[in-house]
Amino acid sequence: MANDPIHQFQITKLLPLDVNGVDLSFTNSSMFMVATVVLTSVFLLWSTGGRGLVPSRSQSLSEIAYEFVAGMLRDSAGSQGMKFFPFVFSLFMFILVANMFGMFPYFFTVTSHVIITVALALAVFLTVLIVGFGKHGFGFLKLFVPSGVPIAIMPLVVAIEVISFIARPISHSVRLFANMLAGHITLKVFAGFIVSMSTMGAVGVVGSLLPFAMTVGLTALEFLVAFLQAYVFTMLTCMYINDALHPGGH
Amino acid sequence: MFISTAYAATTEAAKHGAEHGEKSGVFPPFDPSTFSSQLVWLAITFGFFYFFMARVALPRIGNILEDRRDRISQDLVEAQRLKEETDASIAAYEQELSEARHKAHVIGGEANDKARAVTDSEREKVEAELAESLEEAETRIGNIRDAAMAEVEVIASDTAEAIVNQLIGGKTTRAELAKAISLASR
Repeated sequence: MANDPIHQFQITKLLPLDVNGVDLSFTNSSMFMVATVVLTSVFLLWSTGGRGLVPSRSQSLSEIAYEFVAGMLRDSAGSQGMKFFPFVFSLFMFILVANMFGMFPYFFTVTSHVIITVALALAVFLTVLIVGFGKHGFGFLKLFVPSGVPIAIMPLVVAIEVISFIARPISHSVRLFANMLAGHITLKVFAGFIVSMSTMGAVGVVGSLLPFAMTVGLTALEFLVAFLQAYVFTMLTCMYINDALHPGGH
Repeated sequence: MFISTAYAATTEAAKHGAEHGEKSGVFPPFDPSTFSSQLVWLAITFGFFYFFMARVALPRIGNILEDRRDRISQDLVEAQRLKEETDASIAAYEQELSEARHKAHVIGGEANDKARAVTDSEREKVEAELAESLEEAETRIGNIRDAAMAEVEVIASDTAEAIVNQLIGGKTTRAELAKAISLASR
């Protein structure tokens, strides 16, 4: 079924594996996770193999990724936040490469499944909670009490802050998941229009140029979204880590 | 027309999903039966990825960047040192140049003085020689004149003797004559 826009999200078992009734099969999703990790690791290792004082093109790509994430983290969480650099860098590279893998036709997009993005967002959320309470104890609750707010409306503000804090992992994960899912469905639907219209004679063939142009444009847009969502996810992670480190604001 | 085909595609998709899906008819991203496998494989792959990044890749890139930063600052220091060295040698060169110029001036002055002294002494010598020969010439002239004057006296007395002898025809003695001449020339 070439025209089915949902089929691309189907998970198929490549190596069925069942442990005590829990399904741990190696699926196409698992395969792309492994591919993402292996490709990224191998590239980073290979490109920096020369340890060139003057970087080669590939080495400079690795250095740019490093400095991009390091700059993002340092800007929002300060030098204390650099303790979390490996975590933030891993998140960024994993999501970016997984998103980019998804741009290949017939490839599976790991981040288009909500459970993956929820797991990543919860990892960030738990890190923030553990670091926040571990570092500041109950002082971490200052996060919910903004300074300079009149006492009268304080309960309301605190309630809003608590709700927005709890909503973080949801918005954090759904943003990435929904963007990847919706983008891929849109792309598939417009690509499907080309096929179905070109079966309708000469007029249809000419008319199918429209969805074709749309598909080309959307592909470019999706590349942007793939990068942007990885960036946004990482940026928010940096800001949440900053909250854990400096709950009372800077 | 677009909408109808799109609708057909989605309904077909739904049907297709129902036939093909692991758990019938569920939208794949919300199919809980795949969650456990995805979570476990995410934990395995991301866990490995995290450790690999933290232990190997990031320290490596960090070292490369740090080495480069160190090298650049080292090179800047070296450049600064070389610049100072250059400035120092330029200053030394200029000082040497002005010293040499001064020395040249002194040497020139000395040569000038020496030349002048030589010229002066030469001139003095020449002048002295000239004065000497002048004096010599003057004494010679004086001698000659004296001699000439003596001759004149002799000639005068001779002439006077001859004239007197002719005029008076007598014989006058030389002594009378000399007496008369000295009287006349007195």
